[in-house]
Amino acid sequence: MIREITLGQYYPVDSVLHRLDSRTKLFGTMVFIISLFLANSLVAYGIATLFLALAIYLSKVPFSFMVRGLKAILFLLLISVSFNLFLTPGAEAFRIGFLKITWEGMRLAGFMALRLIYLVIGSSIMTLTTTPNELTDGLEKSLGFLKRVGVPVHEISMMMSIALRFIPILVEETDKIMKAQMARGADFESGNLIQKARNMVPLLVPLFISAFRRATDLAMAMEARCYHGGDGRTKMKPLCYKHRDHVTYLVYLLYLVVIVLFRG
Amino acid sequence: MSIRAEHINYIYGEGTAFEQYALKDVSFEIGDGQFIGLIGHTGSGKSTLIQHLNGLLRASSGKIYYNGKDIYEDGYDMRALRSQVGLVFQYPEHQLFEVDVFSDVCFGPKNQGLSGEEIKERAREALTQVGLEERFWSQSPFELSGGQKRRVAIAGVLAMQPEVLILDEPTAGLDPKGRDEILDEISALHRAKKMTIILVSHSMEDIARYADRIMVMSRGEKLFDAPPKEVFRHYKKLEEIGLAAPQITYVVRQLREKGVPLEENITTVEEAKMAILAILRQTGKAGNRE
Repeated sequence: MIREITLGQYYPVDSVLHRLDSRTKLFGTMVFIISLFLANSLVAYGIATLFLALAIYLSKVPFSFMVRGLKAILFLLLISVSFNLFLTPGAEAFRIGFLKITWEGMRLAGFMALRLIYLVIGSSIMTLTTTPNELTDGLEKSLGFLKRVGVPVHEISMMMSIALRFIPILVEETDKIMKAQMARGADFESGNLIQKARNMVPLLVPLFISAFRRATDLAMAMEARCYHGGDGRTKMKPLCYKHRDHVTYLVYLLYLVVIVLFRG
Repeated sequence: MSIRAEHINYIYGEGTAFEQYALKDVSFEIGDGQFIGLIGHTGSGKSTLIQHLNGLLRASSGKIYYNGKDIYEDGYDMRALRSQVGLVFQYPEHQLFEVDVFSDVCFGPKNQGLSGEEIKERAREALTQVGLEERFWSQSPFELSGGQKRRVAIAGVLAMQPEVLILDEPTAGLDPKGRDEILDEISALHRAKKMTIILVSHSMEDIARYADRIMVMSRGEKLFDAPPKEVFRHYKKLEEIGLAAPQITYVVRQLREKGVPLEENITTVEEAKMAILAILRQTGKAGNRE
């Protein structure tokens, strides 16, 4: 029923991208995002498109999976495109009633739409090819330097990985409770906003209770295994760069240079 | 009144990497007033199957008829179906949400659009049926013990007065006493109200004791569909798919091998006891005569 959340959903196939170190992928996503904001010409966007297409091809994840994440930003996309389209000053292209559309506006709106779409697809590729655990491991290690200024990096990344780990569980739980209440005649679809909100009570109360129950169980299980934070903790799978990661970093560098050259 | 399923297929996650057959060409007919045991290993598709029977899941292909009407037909009233085919999920206590036990049980009948008096009447009746004492009725469901919570949840479905009651492992995680009590109450409902019962379980003992027909699921397919005695005769096959016949049938088999003239198709402890006593009495008499 509610399985449309792509962000943070790992797609299990074996591909080059899946095997890359998570730090490499994190960094790559960052490079890609920066490049999107640097790019300001058709050529630069063409290069970014090529880069993205290569990543999509290498990831072996069906394209439809990445597009699914776009649904979430559809509204945002619509708003930003229409704002850019109608409110950018410049040479008038044509007008619909009192709305004026300028050439500059169309250009800006187009780039904005591309930017947003690429942003979502780019980060989806990372989450689709990296398990949540790898991801937080990568983050923890990359941000390790912050520990020196007193940021509890390990704790934050542990919270993140637990939160990510719980998303599918809670989705499943929601599905189950929804069905159980529907079996008792509950209706989650019809009615106005207030009725709908009230109809959610039979779903939300059990869901919260189960979330709390799971959280206490997990805390207990962690304490039973002597968890006491990050100090002195070793890893079963320590992160370690391989040859392919070095090659990938070179590709990033090349890509950034080309983008800067053609940014227009 | 009956449920008829014809060639049901159900595919999980159609069109994704996780695509998987959960049900493969399942057909059956369930008549009025039957007590059916549905067994199968974890992941055999039994939970998926029962969710089809009240329309919570829609088959990828195949048809289901309830009382002769196709439930997938346009305009079929699914909510009416759900109040006629009551489904008690696994760990049903996880669905409790109201401030007190009584109002939680009222939730189902309220959704059926009944009048205030009728709702209360049904809730009272349902709570009595599951054997929950009146002093608990005004308590918060979250303060009760596991077994009591489970009763409240079952009462929540019973209050809708369904014609068919489906229970998905209603005794999972209960102690032996709680288990027997709940099963006895279900069996009493079956006898008193002629309710059709579908009991999902992997306890062979429970199924052998209560069901008059057993359906065995394995990997999404229906493997057997016959009276208990007949199904348990295939104990070798049952073992292959990770199940087993009731323990007592193994005892009986060993005794037979040792030359005790027991009937082969004994499936409950009670039957075995009677048969062995009968043999002992006979041999006792024979001994006296000598």
